[in-house]
Amino acid sequence: MELVQRARQGDRRALARLITLVENEAPEAVEALQELYLFTGKAQVIGITGPPGSGKSTLTDKLVKELRKEKKKVAVIAVDPTSPFTGGAILGDRIRMSDLNLDEDVYIRSMGTRGSLGGLSAATSAATKVLDACDFDYVFIETVGVGQSEVDIVKAADTTIVVMVPGLGDDIQAIKAGILEIGDFFVVNKADRDGANRVALELRMMLDLNEQKLVWQPPVLMSVANQNQGIAEIVAGIKDHFTYLKESGELAIKRRERLEKELLEIVSKKIYRQIADKVQREGKLKQYLDSLMKKETDPYTLVKVILQDVIKT
Amino acid sequence: MAEKRIRVLVAKPGLDGHDRGAKVIARSLRDAGMEVIYTGLRQTPEQIVAAAIQEDVDVVAMSLLSGAHNHLFPKVVELLKEKNAEDILVLGGGVIPEADIPFLKERGIAEIFTPGTPTGKVVKFIRDKIGEKV
Repeated sequence: MELVQRARQGDRRALARLITLVENEAPEAVEALQELYLFTGKAQVIGITGPPGSGKSTLTDKLVKELRKEKKKVAVIAVDPTSPFTGGAILGDRIRMSDLNLDEDVYIRSMGTRGSLGGLSAATSAATKVLDACDFDYVFIETVGVGQSEVDIVKAADTTIVVMVPGLGDDIQAIKAGILEIGDFFVVNKADRDGANRVALELRMMLDLNEQKLVWQPPVLMSVANQNQGIAEIVAGIKDHFTYLKESGELAIKRRERLEKELLEIVSKKIYRQIADKVQREGKLKQYLDSLMKKETDPYTLVKVILQDVIKT
Repeated sequence: MAEKRIRVLVAKPGLDGHDRGAKVIARSLRDAGMEVIYTGLRQTPEQIVAAAIQEDVDVVAMSLLSGAHNHLFPKVVELLKEKNAEDILVLGGGVIPEADIPFLKERGIAEIFTPGTPTGKVVKFIRDKIGEKV
């Protein structure tokens, strides 16, 4: 595919167009992803997640700049919420990263969630692969501002950084399940504010409660991103984590599990679409619903009928 | 297949800090089902064009109240052309004197929306030009 070649040679317009195709689930996207798959696996994918207003975009901006000092190629996918009512979105994460616009070796892309509820959009993982295959050394994924249970980022990232800020609640918040279980790192941002030490302490206490002693103990770091404080330490930590993942063999395990999920997801999507198309095309759906409403049959019996129908053809 | 959405970059070139108009437009395009990438204040034409290309937008909508529109709007059109991205629709808004509008259109700005334009008119213009239903 010409677009793939151009994107891999550094043509930003081609790269951007590829990501649009992937986002729109266009038929050409499959062909592109087939070709690109061979080139994936080199980039470290870093997830940045945390509550709204915790400074994820500012922190990402600073981390990218730190990595640019070493001439690394860096891409950012920044996800913001799509309106469930209109399908529209305001994607504003770039505001904090506008000095990076003119850096040829940085690529930033904003995405709406388009109906996904896990903090990412359905196309985020595939877009990450496109960027990985286009020779970026680091791909950052900034999630929407999350609450407690939007944890899709762990399925997409090698290293997940959970950004916290002082003043969000007492220490029981820290032992709840959800986003606090997924951090390979915790960063207490806005650490110049009151209560930052307390948040860090509570996080460390929560991490000490982990029953199984993990080989990788998630570090708790402090930063004041808008003043560039603590950034070098976080970058060092990101690299340490990748080294750990590679040396311990965990990276291979993680990626294998991810491939399993992705493969099965693609299969189920494809099967679902074929069945749904068929049922709708033949106008049987209306008939089925009529008989369900009249209690002539039940959904489980109907599913058997539908599946048998598909297998036959 | 997931539906295609119209993507619009709303940008504030120039040195004025008045972004209310830009925010009103961003909001109404969002409500019309479009994905709006907002760049923030004081962007250079180079930054706007780089962002437009990275985001693969269909439209660049600029708001400017500083009086530098005759320089900055055409500059964005030129830079897009340099990057082979002249298919991106460029719109302008803000306090633009009537007398400047023909010049700007000649230089490739598809339409200029001055204060008081109903937001629905902007939405319709974009939909008609991009030629898709949302």
